[in-house]
Amino acid sequence: MTKSKLEKNPVLTESKGKLISLNALNESRQHEYTQKEIKTEKEVKVKVNDFSFYYSSKQALQNVNMDIAPNEVTALIGPSGCGKTTFLRTINRMNDLIPGTRLEGEVIVSGQNIYHPAVDVVELRRKVGLVFQQPNPFPKSIYENVAYGPKIHGKKKRTLLDEIVEESLQQAALWDEVKDRLKDSALSLSGGQQQRLCIARVLAVRPEIILMDEPTSALDPVATQRIEDLIRKLSSGYTIIIVTHNMQQAARISDFTAFFLLGELVECGKTAQIFTKPKDTRTEEYITGRFG
Amino acid sequence: MKILNPDLKKTNTEQVHRNWTQTAAFLCLRLSLIVVFLILMVILYDITKKGIGVISWLFLTEAPRTGMTEGGIFPAIVGTFYVTLIATLVAVPLGIITAIYLNEYALQGRLNRLIRISLRNMAGVPSIVFGLFGVALFVQRMGFRPSLLAAGMTLGLLTLPVTVTAAEEALKAVPKSYREGGLALGATKWQMVKSLVLPPAVPGMLTGVILGLSRAAGETAPILFTGAAFFLPYLPDSPFSQFMALPYHLFILATQHHDISGVRPLAYGTAFVLLVLVFMLNLSAVLLRYRYRKQIKQF
Amino acid sequence: MHNFKENAIKYFFMANGMLSIIILLGIFYLLLSRSLPALQNVGLTNFFAPGYWNPTAYTTPQYSILNLIKGTFMVGAGSLIFAVPLGVACATYLAEVAGAREREVLKPIIEILAGIPSVVLGFFGLVVVAPVIAELFGLNSGINALNGSILVGIMALPTIVSLAEDAISAVPQSYRHASLALGATKWQTILRITLPAALSGIIAASMLGMGRAVGETMTVLMATGNALAKPSSFFDSVRTLSANIAIEMGEVPVGSVHYHSLFFVGFVLFMITFIINLLADVIFQRYREEI
Ligand SMILES: Nc1ncnc2c1ncn2[C@@H]1O[C@H](COP(=O)(O)OP(=O)(O)OP(=O)(O)O)[C@@H](O)[C@H]1O
Ligand SMILES: [Mg+2]
Repeated sequence: MTKSKLEKNPVLTESKGKLISLNALNESRQHEYTQKEIKTEKEVKVKVNDFSFYYSSKQALQNVNMDIAPNEVTALIGPSGCGKTTFLRTINRMNDLIPGTRLEGEVIVSGQNIYHPAVDVVELRRKVGLVFQQPNPFPKSIYENVAYGPKIHGKKKRTLLDEIVEESLQQAALWDEVKDRLKDSALSLSGGQQQRLCIARVLAVRPEIILMDEPTSALDPVATQRIEDLIRKLSSGYTIIIVTHNMQQAARISDFTAFFLLGELVECGKTAQIFTKPKDTRTEEYITGRFG
Repeated sequence: MKILNPDLKKTNTEQVHRNWTQTAAFLCLRLSLIVVFLILMVILYDITKKGIGVISWLFLTEAPRTGMTEGGIFPAIVGTFYVTLIATLVAVPLGIITAIYLNEYALQGRLNRLIRISLRNMAGVPSIVFGLFGVALFVQRMGFRPSLLAAGMTLGLLTLPVTVTAAEEALKAVPKSYREGGLALGATKWQMVKSLVLPPAVPGMLTGVILGLSRAAGETAPILFTGAAFFLPYLPDSPFSQFMALPYHLFILATQHHDISGVRPLAYGTAFVLLVLVFMLNLSAVLLRYRYRKQIKQF
Repeated sequence: MHNFKENAIKYFFMANGMLSIIILLGIFYLLLSRSLPALQNVGLTNFFAPGYWNPTAYTTPQYSILNLIKGTFMVGAGSLIFAVPLGVACATYLAEVAGAREREVLKPIIEILAGIPSVVLGFFGLVVVAPVIAELFGLNSGINALNGSILVGIMALPTIVSLAEDAISAVPQSYRHASLALGATKWQTILRITLPAALSGIIAASMLGMGRAVGETMTVLMATGNALAKPSSFFDSVRTLSANIAIEMGEVPVGSVHYHSLFFVGFVLFMITFIINLLADVIFQRYREEI
């Protein structure tokens, strides 16, 4: 089922007055989609309520309300500086690291407000992994990079680690390329391999949600293609939120798309709808390339 | 045309004048560096010329004899080695931990600022004042009496700012992406620091350690009353012994000896050994830093 | 669980980081508490009354530190008279004129100079500079305030150069470009734009150099002669606060009024350098923020 999903080009069907994205070759998926009109609390993986975010002097996000469905790919698009990265990083609280930031509203992940004082940030980041724009492997071996997460979370047994490393590298479609050189420095890999390694590194922690900030912006088309395939493949088991500047990429790989502009969430919906019948004229203008 | 011409000429002379001024000014500036260079050279030349002849195997391995008019400086070398070692043992852990706190934990805020101001001010506290502090705290209050331990700890605190600064520089050179990568995987702060920040920072920290060492090895004022001895017929055998030290030995030979002109060659020899020691330490720090910078660039 | 451990580590580090504050306060406290007996016995005013430092006088001991303070500032000021112009010129050259390669060769000169132990410099002053001064000015001895000033100037030079260079380099590139774009030469830009913009940083650098000079012990101890008389010119032998402690601390009976007075001398020296350094620091940090 995931395989067929890779043969993209969503065909668009009108159903009950709503546009939904369908894969013509995949009836079950179609069924799934119609089922997955996000309505109940249970079916929302990440729920953002009246969320505003400020860097010391500047407001970066304004009253964002958004629901993100589980086990789907949600793409965040919008012109540079509109707050996509900021939004992404609030979901695993990486923005905590920047001094002088302020926020209002709530972000609910799996039913829990992650900005509640009692929340353990470390625990949260285990559940919500982040892949950076620039591949950032540690200056360690390939093996050690993938094993890093499990190790810090207390998995010490060698055989278990071996298993996790292999499985994660398999999932990240990197295993065949590196299985004979696991002891080599991760820095010796190509950019695309490094990025897949970083994805494997995140997968090894077994997160529920994977955030990706323009993961292919530093890569060539072939490497980009591989990462996109990977994202589609992973979407069956993970909730993926991805920032991208590439409109085609958003259309190819995502189920839902959210359009940000000047710190505001302008529109969010099924990818097919956003790209064919956007409700907001600003979305339409952006998509058709009239600005941004 | 006729009206324009004089103007043009004026611009030209002005230009020539300006360029000439600039050349002269830059020459003066360069000259100032040459002056500094010459000062340095004169100092090094004089001490090397008159000191190198004194150096022999015996000079380095014998104790002073016959009222310090003959013999070598072995006990002073040993004493300096020990006292520097103790200073290092004090300054290195304290310096590195302080650097980690400033650079990884309390990145901003009032406490960070206060610590930084204190460190900068500590770097400016006269070494003789550190000596008094050492007397009051280690020699008396803690009851170490004048000893290797008291002097070493005084020197250790004195070199703390050097160590912190160098250790921080090493931490700053570690890319931010390592830290973010680690935290994003759910590492705790300490896990992240321990496994991702410290390993690549170690060579740089070593540079700081060595710089601190060379500062400690050359200091005289802080050890004057905290443990350095005029003359000892034996080597220190415990941290609570007094000791001879190269810089203090030089001071004595140069100013306190009954036969100052007679022992002048010995003084030169001691000064030369001290200089060589300090420079070797500095040089190794520089080389280490250089290699390390290259390495960092490869990442 | 890991929260507890993390917090324990954090607070351990914090306690450690606060050590520098504690040491600084500790120096202040210990020096002051050690000088209290002297203050009670001698009286604060007598330390600053006109007279001499002569605690071991047979009849009436005197504790005036005025001459010591004067000596200290003579040497300090004397050293700055040549160290500041020379240092700022070097810094300007390093920051504005020298290329990257050249700088890489030149900077070690300053670093090596900074590495010379002060006792070696003092020795050099004693055996090399003193005879030269005596010869040049026709004096009996070249061991005087001038000699001390020269050596302490050399001592303070690296501090001034490196901080002034920092200050000059911190001037935003846009200032220089704006000036150059108006047709000014590089030198005009340096003189009219860059150096004035860096002025407060340079002043701070000089003050920190002053702090160094005032606190320097071994070189002045060996090169100035340490006479207790009131100095009237740079050709006189002078004794500084720091040298006074170094000379007498070793021989004084522990617990005597003299002993405690030396701690008071140390306290005064500490306060002078502390104030100079703190002022310089405030100026420097403010400069950094402005730029
Ligand atoms: N650390 C920061 N401090 C202050 N302002 C920041 C910081 N990071 C981002 N901003 C500002 O917040 C706004 C949103 O930035 P953000 O990085 O989220 O944009 P983005 O949509 O990811 O842009 P891009 O597509 O270029 O990556 C921008 O105006 C940016 O200047
Ligand atoms: Mg971004």
